[in-house]
Amino acid sequence: MELFLAITVGGLFAAGFYCLMLHSIVRIALGLVLLGSATNLLIFTINGLQRGFAPLVPEGQEALSPPYADPVPQAFILTAIVINFGLLALLLVLVHRAAQETGTDDTRALRTELKDSKQ
Amino acid sequence: MTHSVLLSLPMILCLGAAATGLLAPSRAWPRRWLALMTMVSLAVVGAMLLVTVRREGIQSMQVGGWAAPFGITLVADLLSALLVLVTGVMGLTVVSYSAATLPASKEAGAYYPLVLVLVGGVCGAFLTGDLFNLFVWIEVMLGASFVLLALEARQEQLEASIKYMSLSLMGSVVLLCAVGLLYGAAGTLNLADLAVTVPGLDTPNLMTVVSMFFLVAFALKAGAFPLFFWLPASYHTPPAAVTTLFSALLTKVGVYALARVFTLVFTQDPQLTSTLLLVMGGLTMVTGVLGAVAQYDMRRLLSFHIISQIGYLIAALGMLTRGALTAFIAFLIHYIFAKSALFLVSGATARVTRTYDLHQMGNLYRSQPLLAALFFIPALSLAGVPPFSGFFAKLAVIQAALRAEHWIIAGTAVVVGLLTLFSMMKIWREAFWKAPPENQPQEPARPLSLGDGVLGPCIAMTLFMVVLGLGAEPLLELADAAAGQLLDPEEYVRAVLGGRP
Repeated sequence: MELFLAITVGGLFAAGFYCLMLHSIVRIALGLVLLGSATNLLIFTINGLQRGFAPLVPEGQEALSPPYADPVPQAFILTAIVINFGLLALLLVLVHRAAQETGTDDTRALRTELKDSKQ
Repeated sequence: MTHSVLLSLPMILCLGAAATGLLAPSRAWPRRWLALMTMVSLAVVGAMLLVTVRREGIQSMQVGGWAAPFGITLVADLLSALLVLVTGVMGLTVVSYSAATLPASKEAGAYYPLVLVLVGGVCGAFLTGDLFNLFVWIEVMLGASFVLLALEARQEQLEASIKYMSLSLMGSVVLLCAVGLLYGAAGTLNLADLAVTVPGLDTPNLMTVVSMFFLVAFALKAGAFPLFFWLPASYHTPPAAVTTLFSALLTKVGVYALARVFTLVFTQDPQLTSTLLLVMGGLTMVTGVLGAVAQYDMRRLLSFHIISQIGYLIAALGMLTRGALTAFIAFLIHYIFAKSALFLVSGATARVTRTYDLHQMGNLYRSQPLLAALFFIPALSLAGVPPFSGFFAKLAVIQAALRAEHWIIAGTAVVVGLLTLFSMMKIWREAFWKAPPENQPQEPARPLSLGDGVLGPCIAMTLFMVVLGLGAEPLLELADAAAGQLLDPEEYVRAVLGGRP
């Protein structure tokens, strides 16, 4: 399972970085989505895929007995998803606005347009 | 009890005021006054925090009452308290400058709440004692900065903010990976707990990898070589008030985080990290100042200077001696004020000449003598000419480099100082000294008066610089104490973890 997830994480990172190198802003945004998901999976994998109980102390005991699933990485991922989601929504609004203003989503075109408008 | 309230107040004040501001009627004056009052109280809280920490040692607070390594910790040592105070002062300056320069329609919108969220995020990043929490506060701050950058939605701003945002998000991905890997290896993210656990881990190579992740992530946020290119691409597009806020606070969070992580957590392989930081710092200084020399847009030029000054900070951090860290802190404080003063003045000159292009300016020295003086002092200070604050800060960095026998860094620092002076003199010659360009019939501009409100913040910043220059002794003393705390994490650990050493 770990091996499978490790390969998935690597694939997601590779796809994300590939998208970042393209000249379309929408693809760059997609690349960032992929990188975000890859990171979340990475946190999940690296912290141990423990198949076990929820981390609740059973009645009559003082401490947890292993195996139990560590809730902290899951809390991290949850927070990271929320943050990522919000910022990506913002980025998409920006992309939309830029496309409205310039009629293109190509980063190179955006730059040449700028130069034209200055002259 | 009162002390722990002090620790959480900066964030509560800023975020609470931001929420209230959004609910307030959408007119300029209630939002403006709310922001002003919040910044005044933030500065007061910062000062109280600094006094408390100076008197009673490092303060910590466990949010929600969860004991140290499990809950969220807020900690203030001298460095963070000092930076919160400076953040409050800078926030006050920027808000009063915005009140004078921004159109009322902008002020009535979400501008002030966003500034408050940004300042709240910055304070949170300075005060948190937990790496994941640091990530969250950095995101809060970045989120607000993205919107501030694109607020006017002009085309160049859209382009700049898309670049800035994509690169920042990539930096955040790297930071989050680093945080995840570190948690997997150490099982904790509390900084004090990490300071205890990490040296005992039997995987030093993994720790080196993780520390490099942190180095890349924070260097990107700080704008260090070779990850600085987003900064001059974006910082020249928003209104001068926003650029001032960004230059004063955003990159400093990256530098602060570098200082925190590499003095507290990753101390087991100082040879590697300090060499890397030194090389990075030296190259950052040189590339920044060379970029500045080539520019003819006033704000682009100043943006490149941000980078070269960040280089001084990172190089000082790389030396890791007490003298170098003292220089680091003194330089940080000086530089926040000097750079902000220059950006504020650039906004004022643009108000008079309606351009940032140095070719289009001229003769401001005749028409705006006060403005010329207000540019001259921070420019000399930034270049490191006595008797202003920059001289002592720069001297401290160079002395530390000489004492640690880093001859190349010391030489680079001197040369970069000269080049800084050269590029400042370029602005002086082009904007203030030379005759105005002939093809433009310039109506004699009315000298800016104090009543405009534009000069007030500039004067305040310049005064700070003169005071910090003439009274460098107390600042250096404070910086020395703060450097002592950074170098000896024991007090920090004790303050957070209590009895458990």
